[in-house]
Amino acid sequence: MSILIDENTRVLVQGITGKEGAFHTEQMLKYGTNVVGGVTPGKGGKKSEHNLPIFNTVKECMEKTGANASVIFVPSQFAADAILEAANSCIELVVCITEGIPTFDMIKVSYLIKNTKTRLIGPNCPGIISPGKSKIGIMPGFIHKEGCIGIISRSGTLTYEAVSQVTNLGLGQSTCIGIGGDPIIGTSFVDLLELFEKDEGTEAVVLIGEIGGTDEEKAAEFIKNNFSKPVVAFISGRTAPPGRRMGHAGAIIAGGKGTAEEKITTLSASGVHIANSPADIGNTLINIIR
Amino acid sequence: MKIHEYQSKEILKKFNVNIPKGKSALSKEEAIVAADEVAYPCVIKAQIHAGGRGKGGGVKVAKSREEAISIINELFGKRLITVQTGPGGKIVNRLLIEEAINIERELYVSIVIDREKALPVMMVSTEGGVEIEKIAKETPEKIVKEYAIPGLGLQRYQLRHLAFALGLEGQVYKKGIKFLASLFNVFRRTDASLVEVNPLVITSNGEMIALDAKINFDDNSLFRHKEFLELRDLSEEEPSEVEASKYKLNYIRLSGNVGCMVNGAGLAMATMDIIKLFGGEPANFLDVGGIASSETVANGFKILLSDPNVKAVLINIFGGIVRCDRVASGIVNALKTMDIKIPIVIRLEGTNAKEASKILSESSLNFIIARNLKESAEKAVSAANFQRSSKL
Repeated sequence: MSILIDENTRVLVQGITGKEGAFHTEQMLKYGTNVVGGVTPGKGGKKSEHNLPIFNTVKECMEKTGANASVIFVPSQFAADAILEAANSCIELVVCITEGIPTFDMIKVSYLIKNTKTRLIGPNCPGIISPGKSKIGIMPGFIHKEGCIGIISRSGTLTYEAVSQVTNLGLGQSTCIGIGGDPIIGTSFVDLLELFEKDEGTEAVVLIGEIGGTDEEKAAEFIKNNFSKPVVAFISGRTAPPGRRMGHAGAIIAGGKGTAEEKITTLSASGVHIANSPADIGNTLINIIR
Repeated sequence: MKIHEYQSKEILKKFNVNIPKGKSALSKEEAIVAADEVAYPCVIKAQIHAGGRGKGGGVKVAKSREEAISIINELFGKRLITVQTGPGGKIVNRLLIEEAINIERELYVSIVIDREKALPVMMVSTEGGVEIEKIAKETPEKIVKEYAIPGLGLQRYQLRHLAFALGLEGQVYKKGIKFLASLFNVFRRTDASLVEVNPLVITSNGEMIALDAKINFDDNSLFRHKEFLELRDLSEEEPSEVEASKYKLNYIRLSGNVGCMVNGAGLAMATMDIIKLFGGEPANFLDVGGIASSETVANGFKILLSDPNVKAVLINIFGGIVRCDRVASGIVNALKTMDIKIPIVIRLEGTNAKEASKILSESSLNFIIARNLKESAEKAVSAANFQRSSKL
C-alpha cells in the first residue's frame, strides 16, 4: 500500500521539452512510472523525445491521455501559472519541482488552489515516490525499496540519506514525499500524517524537518492527538546561525523562532523518537519497531 | 535582499509615505554639506544593515554645525557594534542626515508574510520604538494584525481596524488610513518580504512620519525589479559569501575549523550538525547543488580555503541522479590543479559509489575516504583537531 500515488497513477509532465523536464521524464519512465504525455504551450501536436504526445494545455492532455497527476519542471517565473493551470483543469495531484518561485506568486497559488480539488506537493521539492509502483520527481529510484515505512521531509538529498539508511537495514518504504524547502508550500507534514494514519501499508513514519516555520510543531501536535503509529524525527540546523537562510528559502530562524531545539523539544514531548544524528535515523527506527 | 534605511525611505517616498526631510552621504564632506542643507538641529544616522543602532551609539543629534562635524568625524568609518551586528560590529560607510522631529507619539507598523496562513499580514502596535520580538513576547495583546487578500490587498475596514487599534483620532486618523494603505502598496509593488516602520511617529503638528524604515526584498522576485539590484551594498556582506554567490554557490561562513562541501541544503545543514556532534565546529555551510561537477567542486574549494580557520575539509556527496564516479573524477581533476595542504575527508554514497572510491584511491592525491556519514564526521573532526594540535 502507499499514499497519493501508485501503479495506476497516470502522469503528465509540464515542461516536458525543457532540459530538466526531458531528462527526468526519461528517468521516471525507466523507473516504471506511467508517464502518459506532456504539456508545452505552443508545441502541441508534436511528440517528445520519449515519443510521448505533447499538448498545448493541461486540460487537453488530461482529456486525451487520462492523466490524473502532473509534475512541473517549468522555470520559476512561469511555475506558479503552471500550477494554477493544472489545478483549474481539476487534476488530482500536482508535484512542483521548480525552485525559486517568487513568494507573492505562491501566495496567489495557495489562495486560489484552496477552492479546487487539487493537492499540490512542493514547490522546491524532490517529489514523491511509492517504491516499486511510481516515482513522480527527481529522486534516485534505486535507493528505495518497497516496504512499510513512510518518509516525509523538507529536504532533497537529506531525504535520500534517510531512505538509504532505511533500505540498508532491510526495511522499505510505502511512500516518500519531499514537501519542499520554501516558506509557502502546498502540502504540510500534518496533511501527509493524516494519509499515513489511514494507510494500512504504513507501519511507521520518518519525519525529516529543519529550522524555520512551524510545520514540525504542528506535526507534533497532530501526532500527540491523532497519530497511532511510531514516528522517528531528525531536525537539521542545530548549528545554523539565526537570521541566515540555509539554502532553502524556508530554512531560517527569524526573531528567535523556528530553532531546531524548539522543534526537537516539541516533537519529543509528543512521543516522537528523535534521531540526534543524521547518521542514526535508520538505527533509531529499527530500535522502536523491533 | 537587505537595503539601507535611506534607500528604504527613498522607496517609501515614491509611494507617498511621509518621511523626514533628509539626505544621505557617502563621505564626510558630503555629510557636512548634507547637514547644512537639512539645517540644525539635525539627526545623524549611521547606515548599516543591522538594527539596534540607537542604543549602539549610531544615531546622534547635532544642534550646530560644529557638533555635526564632530559627530560625522566620529561615526564615519567607525566599527559600530549593536545587538544585531554580532561582536565584530559593522563599519559605517554611509550616513543619513535628517531634520529633527518633534515627537508626540511613537507607534509600530510592519508587513510580513505569515508562513502558516500564506498571506501578507500587517501588524501594528502602540508600543513604537520597541523591537517587535520583545512586544510579541511580553505583551502580545498589544499587537493587532490584519491579513491581506491576495490580489485585493487590505480592505478599508481592515485599515480602519488598524488605525483604531493605534488609537488614532480626527485628522490623524484620516492620515493614518492613508499612511497604512500606502505602506501596504510599498510591500506589494516591490515584492518585499518585510516592510517595517519602527517607530512610526505622530508629530506635535499632527503629522504621521516614518522615522525609521526597513525593507527586505524577496530574492526570488528580484528578476521583476532589476532597479533594486543596484541598491545592494556588497560592503555589508561577508566577502567570501559575495565571491561564492558569483559562482552560484550557496555559502555561509561560520567560525569553526571543519570546512564542508555538500550537495543539497538539508544534507549540508545536517553535515554541520554531525560535525558538532562529534566535538568539532563547522567552518561553513556550503551547498554545491544537486549536481556536483568538477567546476563547482573547484570553485567550492577556492571559497573554503579562503577561510584561514579551515583545518580540514569534509566532502559529503549523496549521489542520486548524479553519479559518484563522475563526482570523484571532478574532485580529482579539481584538486590536481590546486595546492592543498590540509586533510580532505571524502564520503561519496549512492550511484556508483564503489567505482568512485576506486578513482579516489588510485589518484596520486592524499584523501581520507570515509564509508559512511558517521565515519566521515569522526575523521574530519579528528583531522582538524590533529592539524591544530600539531601546529601548537
